[in-house]
Amino acid sequence: MSTKLGFAPLPTMTADEALSEAHRCLMCWDAPCTRACPTSIDVPGFIKRIAHDDLVGSARTILDANILGASCARVCPTEVLCAGACVLNELHERPIDIGRLQAFATDDVVFGDLGLFRSVESTGRSVGIVGAGPAGLACGAELARMGHDVVMYDANEKPGGLNTYGVANYKMDQQTAIREVSFVESLGVEIRSGTAVGADVSLDDLFKNHDAVFLGVGLGAVPALGLDGEDLNGVEDALEFIAALRSASVDLTGQHVAVIGGGNTAIDSVTQAALLGADRVYLVYRRGRDEMKAYPHDIERALTNGVDFIHWSAPKRIEGDGSVSALVCDRTEYGSDGKLQTTEGSEYAIPVSMVLRATGQEKRRSFLEQIDGVAVDASGRVTVDDQFRTGNDRIWAGGDCVNGGKEVVNAVAHGKAAAIDIDRVLQSSPRGK
Amino acid sequence: MADLSVNMCGIDSPNPFWLASAPPTNTGDQIARAFDAGWGGAVWKTLGEPIENVYSRYSSIDVNGQKIVGLNNIELITDRSLEMNLIEIEEVKRRYPDHAVVVSLMVESNADAWDEIIKQVEQAGADGIELNFGCPHGMSERGMGAAVGQVPDYTCDITGWAKASATVPVLVKLTPNITDIRMAARAAKNGGADGVSLINTINSITGVDLDNFVPRPVVGDKSSHGGYCGPAVKPIALNMVASIAADPFTEGLPISGIGGIATWQDVAEYILLGSTTIQVCTAVMHYGYRIVEDMAEGLSNYLDSKGMASVNELRGLSVAKVTDWQDLDINYVVKADIDQDKCIHCGLCYVACQDGAHQAIGAERSEDDKTNVWIIEDACVGCNLCSLVCPVQGCITMEEREFGQTHMTWNEYTSDASPGDLYPRPKHGVTIGGD
Repeated sequence: MSTKLGFAPLPTMTADEALSEAHRCLMCWDAPCTRACPTSIDVPGFIKRIAHDDLVGSARTILDANILGASCARVCPTEVLCAGACVLNELHERPIDIGRLQAFATDDVVFGDLGLFRSVESTGRSVGIVGAGPAGLACGAELARMGHDVVMYDANEKPGGLNTYGVANYKMDQQTAIREVSFVESLGVEIRSGTAVGADVSLDDLFKNHDAVFLGVGLGAVPALGLDGEDLNGVEDALEFIAALRSASVDLTGQHVAVIGGGNTAIDSVTQAALLGADRVYLVYRRGRDEMKAYPHDIERALTNGVDFIHWSAPKRIEGDGSVSALVCDRTEYGSDGKLQTTEGSEYAIPVSMVLRATGQEKRRSFLEQIDGVAVDASGRVTVDDQFRTGNDRIWAGGDCVNGGKEVVNAVAHGKAAAIDIDRVLQSSPRGK
Repeated sequence: MADLSVNMCGIDSPNPFWLASAPPTNTGDQIARAFDAGWGGAVWKTLGEPIENVYSRYSSIDVNGQKIVGLNNIELITDRSLEMNLIEIEEVKRRYPDHAVVVSLMVESNADAWDEIIKQVEQAGADGIELNFGCPHGMSERGMGAAVGQVPDYTCDITGWAKASATVPVLVKLTPNITDIRMAARAAKNGGADGVSLINTINSITGVDLDNFVPRPVVGDKSSHGGYCGPAVKPIALNMVASIAADPFTEGLPISGIGGIATWQDVAEYILLGSTTIQVCTAVMHYGYRIVEDMAEGLSNYLDSKGMASVNELRGLSVAKVTDWQDLDINYVVKADIDQDKCIHCGLCYVACQDGAHQAIGAERSEDDKTNVWIIEDACVGCNLCSLVCPVQGCITMEEREFGQTHMTWNEYTSDASPGDLYPRPKHGVTIGGD
């Protein structure tokens, strides 16, 4: 692994650091941080337990609300969630470092062997979960804690979904993600990795073997842009680039990298490329800074790592002889009709040796459409009600396949809410499938 | 630049800042360094019969990360020889003739013992002596310290012995571990004391080691109650200082105020309530002698801002402003006022008022999902709690309300010749778990 500065996630807080930070918390009434958390973690509650030297209580407060509290502590965009809502911002003080306090509080429980959550008596009901990413793990963990048998199916070699394959290394390393999955397994969840539903296990068997099914299938690859030269060596799906880095680092010294897109995957890719030593890193985006979906704090991190942002540019073709040598773009602008258009005669080339696509993931429409009663909307997202029920009364869904791609913490919230509803339905329905 | 020099019952001091008899005044070297740092006087750590101390002597309480809000100690009087101390007293006085060197003393309760040691310290050049009638641990079990201070007759008698022997001023250091401090002060005065020093430390157990169940400080498998001091005791000490200053039986008796003093504001408060000098221990144990720099500069700036040329002008100005409850104006009305521009929406005022006071603050989430709070004027009893919990300076203020109401004390209100009506009070407890 690379040991480049800034490549590793921030170290865990020391006890002294956590204590002094915990004491800064004002313990707000109806705390804005808790309100800003999609999983409604009682933030002042867990922070005060740190301050009062009750780490087990602190971890339980977090994990009862969000079983993936350890990874959320690392990958959540706290700047726009809990810490962004911290009232200390209004006092012109540094907000509480909630993410790192949460990691401090949960690490011993999640990565240790405290046995904080004991298994309960089995209900004899079984739930199949498709996809062992954050939504599925959260759903499965809750159901297992309620006594249901849970089997999770995941097509990838390793479980954990985007936590394992899609998170930038500088936020959380893969080992941490895998260890958290092991914690979920310790709650009584069975995970079958390398097992694709629809291929290795038939849909019929899935529904035959389980009383209920939760779909946490996430999204697919970043589709090709349809540009000339897209098949040249050095053109890649940005997510695959990030996934490859999870198990083996690469040295990008001497490389000129262009990442196409303006969202979170694009910003993670450029920062990652810069940290891996690329000589030049460009973020190429059709529109302006204000229209980027990436978070301001992530944009700032990319900028401080030396990334060049090229706005108002639409990729037109990729040039090269076997390998990429240039990304050719047109300038863009808003036309009088308010629509984005390319500017005639504005073509220019950016000399690069790598091009990464970060222009949005495909929906798993073809898989989902095979399942009776599961409807997808026009943009390919699974349609669910408030309880995350699909049109099939035995199937629930949550996470990126429902919201089109948001944060881990949103997926956890879906999975947990679905689990609560699944439990309610199973408890109130007669046995027999 | 105001004049900070004072005269404490005949002892001249370049400023009112004295070190209390305690670990910071254990040796001549320490006191010399303290004088170099700016302290005007020092009360030498108590001299007396030879003793031995235990290891592990101090324990403290921290509050929300603030270290040593209160300090507890089970250290006894000096464990250095009287001979060595006397040599050092002489040396310190030789090098610092203008500074106040007061020597604290504690010996067994017979006149000859007191006479002997007083003559020795006077010979060494002490400017005054302080009778330690306050030490609450160890020495009191041997019939000294607080064992004397807790019995006014003993206090009076032994003060009399000391006065009979001494040619320099005699201060009596009082224990707060007593029901009414005024009785001890009166006894000291009756015995002829030139002034009193207070408070000594308060009996305390600061906490228990939750692993081995031994209270702190842990001495092997046991502990002992100690003497409590530091910022936490200041309010208790201020009340005792004020009550002695206001007591007609001890009127004019010079006071050296002690208890939790760390800043110039603390000093000013002690002086306002009647102290001539103040004594510091815990803050120096925490931060060192250098804290006197801020004290001197801060007090001087404060006096300048008040147009006072001397610290003596400040003394006692607040004594008459302490009165019995029944003499307070029950028609004085204040209501809380929230500066919405300063509010950071933490909701602390709301929950404090709702659960801990008088349900006079409303709260709701605003459209942009912040906690908005407001004062329910009719329900507000002006208790101050919200302004105390608010983390923003100047956000919640207490505003006086004038309705032409009559100034009226409880005594006047309940007398036959009541001067007016009671201004209406908010009523509470109409519904339980109401809507």
